[in-house]
Amino acid sequence: MPEGGGTTPPSGNGECAGRMCVRRPQGTAGCGAQKSDEEMAAMTILVGVKRVIDYAVKIRVKPDHTGVVTDGVKHSMNPFCEIAMEEAVRLKEKKHAQEVIAVSCGPQQCQETIRTALAMGADRGIHVEVTGKDYDALGPLQVSKILAALAKQEKVDLILLGKQAIDGDWNQTGQMTAALLDWPQGTFASEVKVEDKKLMVTREVDGGLETVSLKLPAVVTSDLRLNEPRYATLPNIMKAKKKKIARTSAQELGVNISSKLQTLSVEDPLQRTAGVKVENVEQLVAKLQEIGRI
Amino acid sequence: MFRLFSTTGRRIPATCYLQRFQSTLVLTEHNNEKLTPITLNAITAAKQLGGEVCCLIAGTNCGKVTEEVSKVQGVKKVLVAENDIFKGFLPEELTPLVLAAHKEFKFTHICAGASAFGKNIIPRIAAKLDVAAISDITEIKNPDTFVRTIYAGNALCTVKSDDDVKVFSVRGTSFEAASVNGGNASSEKVSPPSAAGVSEWIGQSLTKSDRPELTSARVVISGGRGLRSGENFKLLYDLADKLHAAVGASRAAVDAGFVPNDLQVGQTGKIVAPELYIAVGISGAIQHLAGMKDSKTIVAINKDPEAPIFQVADYGLVADLFKAVPEMTALLEK
Repeated sequence: MPEGGGTTPPSGNGECAGRMCVRRPQGTAGCGAQKSDEEMAAMTILVGVKRVIDYAVKIRVKPDHTGVVTDGVKHSMNPFCEIAMEEAVRLKEKKHAQEVIAVSCGPQQCQETIRTALAMGADRGIHVEVTGKDYDALGPLQVSKILAALAKQEKVDLILLGKQAIDGDWNQTGQMTAALLDWPQGTFASEVKVEDKKLMVTREVDGGLETVSLKLPAVVTSDLRLNEPRYATLPNIMKAKKKKIARTSAQELGVNISSKLQTLSVEDPLQRTAGVKVENVEQLVAKLQEIGRI
Repeated sequence: MFRLFSTTGRRIPATCYLQRFQSTLVLTEHNNEKLTPITLNAITAAKQLGGEVCCLIAGTNCGKVTEEVSKVQGVKKVLVAENDIFKGFLPEELTPLVLAAHKEFKFTHICAGASAFGKNIIPRIAAKLDVAAISDITEIKNPDTFVRTIYAGNALCTVKSDDDVKVFSVRGTSFEAASVNGGNASSEKVSPPSAAGVSEWIGQSLTKSDRPELTSARVVISGGRGLRSGENFKLLYDLADKLHAAVGASRAAVDAGFVPNDLQVGQTGKIVAPELYIAVGISGAIQHLAGMKDSKTIVAINKDPEAPIFQVADYGLVADLFKAVPEMTALLEK
């Protein structure tokens, strides 16, 4: 095992069903200063973080059916992005990474999301400013082109993303970024281990779990069970204010973000009709038999 | 169109005809032994586009599956690529194969079921073709307009693609399965491009179960945090046996370690739409509803009368599940 220390998560890809021991490092600060003493070249990790409507908010469709109401609605970091961010910070704490860069594409408010990532332990941020109509049409293909350009510019070894954003529910950006870079992909990861110059990724698939080995550089997308993200502490939030967020744009990166996909309408789904309450189990079974369900 | 007519008959080549005509490539999901059922739903979606349906079967052992797919109604042609590099169905190896097939046959649509397999590979193919992919479609309005859900199923979004090739994944529960007999497709071998070699499949650990598969079961019984422990899930298994049902779970039950994560129903787990869905000890968070609210009949058993699950349940029983579930099992025994 090339990893030092004894803090690697359980390795078996079976019994533990992808659950990792929740390791919450006590002293997260200070690990950035010391250089890895092993000869293994530590990675630069790029983490994509998206600002989305908070997962607990009940969304409302706009009356003109052009989208959902976002003004004055609570936003936060996409939950899967938080998990990707946490994993990057853990890889750094295990000395597999030397630098973690958080990137977000979108309007000014995305800087708050990047700031949150910095407070979790990212070293610096990049804000790719996309506004107005361009932002409305910004889909996974456009974001993946931006990420691929940044990956080359920053010479990153690993891109960590969430498996999907909970607004668009596309589940595409990681796969597309990997394709554009011709890198291997480890999607829906529930465990990530660094071995030599390879990544061992345990993936959540339909029947259970599977493990793949990827040559670096690679793209990994996180599933819910990859880890439990830490909360940013107040001192770390204060420290994050001093960290740098570079601003750039798709144009500066030489990326064309035009889209051939247009949203024709957004509607409310069919509402289910209110049901009835039954008194007891006999009634329930009788009703279900009546309508032929059992 | 007009230009086509103005050319002489001799000048209308086959490729031109093909471009005008819809032709769809369906990526076949299988395990080298059997076809995965969601492929049949994807074939139905492909047929709705109105053109020719072609299936691509890649794997280390394709004989049985080729036979199976050739008989599926509506499939015109089967492309078969058998090679050891397809071990584990890695997207890094499959994508060049799909691109090569597309180069030869110029499909207007490329699709797969929106399973872990389809979600993994479809966007990779789309990016290589420089087109947007459309995930998890629930309806086809016409060959370039599709409906899908966003925000955990809380909104329906209609999108139109002006890309040359439409690349999409299909929500299995939104389309009927194509009939597995009556078809008579021709099969053709395609040679795989050289191995990419950037990834390797190491192994898998699949959850074994005698019960029907969750996403295609007629009846699903799911348990949530209210079950309190993994042992208590036995109550649901007993009831499931009586109803020939599959057993699912909410994220709370998975996170608490009651059951493995591949049983999770919801936005981040599986999407099911059975005839009967029985939610036991599940409050009904938005993320869970996203995975089951298209079920034909929903039953909720929960002791909290205020639980949001009752707002979508056709039949609700406010009761202690530890009493109600065994009672129901006993009643069905008669």
